Amino acid sequence: MSGHGPEEIKKTIRTYLKVLGVLVVGTIATVGASYLHFDSMAMTVGLALLIASVKAGFVALYFMHLIDEQKIIYKLLGLTTFFFLGLMVLIIWASGDKPMNTVMP
Amino acid sequence: MEVPYTVENRPDTGLYNAKVGIWLFLASEVMLFGALFSSYILLRVGALEGHWPTELLNVPIGTVNTMVLILSSVTVVMAWASLKLNDFKKFKMYQLATVICACMFVLIKSYEYRDKLTHHDVVLADGMRVDGHLVEETDEYIILSHPVSYPAVKGIGYRPTAIKEAEHGDDHHHAEDRKIMLADIVKRTTWGPWANTYFAIYFTLTGLHALHVIAGALVIAYYWGPGSKMWKTNPEQFTNRIEVSGLFWHFVDLVWIFLFPILYLL
Repeated sequence: MSGHGPEEIKKTIRTYLKVLGVLVVGTIATVGASYLHFDSMAMTVGLALLIASVKAGFVALYFMHLIDEQKIIYKLLGLTTFFFLGLMVLIIWASGDKPMNTVMP
Repeated sequence: MEVPYTVENRPDTGLYNAKVGIWLFLASEVMLFGALFSSYILLRVGALEGHWPTELLNVPIGTVNTMVLILSSVTVVMAWASLKLNDFKKFKMYQLATVICACMFVLIKSYEYRDKLTHHDVVLADGMRVDGHLVEETDEYIILSHPVSYPAVKGIGYRPTAIKEAEHGDDHHHAEDRKIMLADIVKRTTWGPWANTYFAIYFTLTGLHALHVIAGALVIAYYWGPGSKMWKTNPEQFTNRIEVSGLFWHFVDLVWIFLFPILYLL
């Protein structure tokens, strides 16, 4: 976070409280969404992860000050995101290698 | 030897060293939890239809724990903001609130663990499977509360669909405590990480996360207590240390934000 003047900090505190509200509403929405029964599992998972990502975004942007950070941190996180997505994609890709017709014991 | 750039920013990065350090550490943590998350996805997608346990965790308790962690994320950032405003008393208050929230989280999690570790899953000689909480155990018998019974299938362990059917059936739904003679038991296990794949990944993910909560709480408690002396000698470095410990704490919160829906709600 670049600016640390008292006025700016006081303004930021108000933002923190707003973010708290968003996170509480987000948590209630996550629990509420779990009672919606979609036909597709992918839809259920997608919605849950979407709400979680929005909540995580608010924490990262405001509490971790990523909204106003130095370039080196963005570069570092960009690299982390690349490897994280690579890990996920490779795993999902590999899951396609399992036998299509699993025989029930 | 003096450690450089503990307060002033390094010219090439524009940040003090500890901040770059914690972000590098958090990047490695993303990969650690990422590996476990991807393992979860692989296990979940690979499970046979109707065989992945659902609704085994207590959603209200998980929701309360989520709220506790969210609240702690606010108190930890407010502690840092208080130092920026030169308000040490408020810093101490918020820092203590964070430690209390962390303790609450761990206590609630321990209660959940205990609940699972006292939940017994028993295969009987007559081909039935019974699960419920252990109430009493002697050399001759055990008593399970809220037992649910359903036919065991050889070669298949836990069957959530069978349990759901049994729970909705009139004969089996939360009957009286059930006394089972040890002589009638073929196999007996508890809902620990050894029970099935679901509990293995559940305990691994939440256990690792809980270790992070405990480690973070210890650091925050140190800076609330003995470590806070630094405020008098080097307030700027102390504020930076609080920011760094706060960044770790927010990461712990971030991980839980994803763990909660995945393990409790899906």
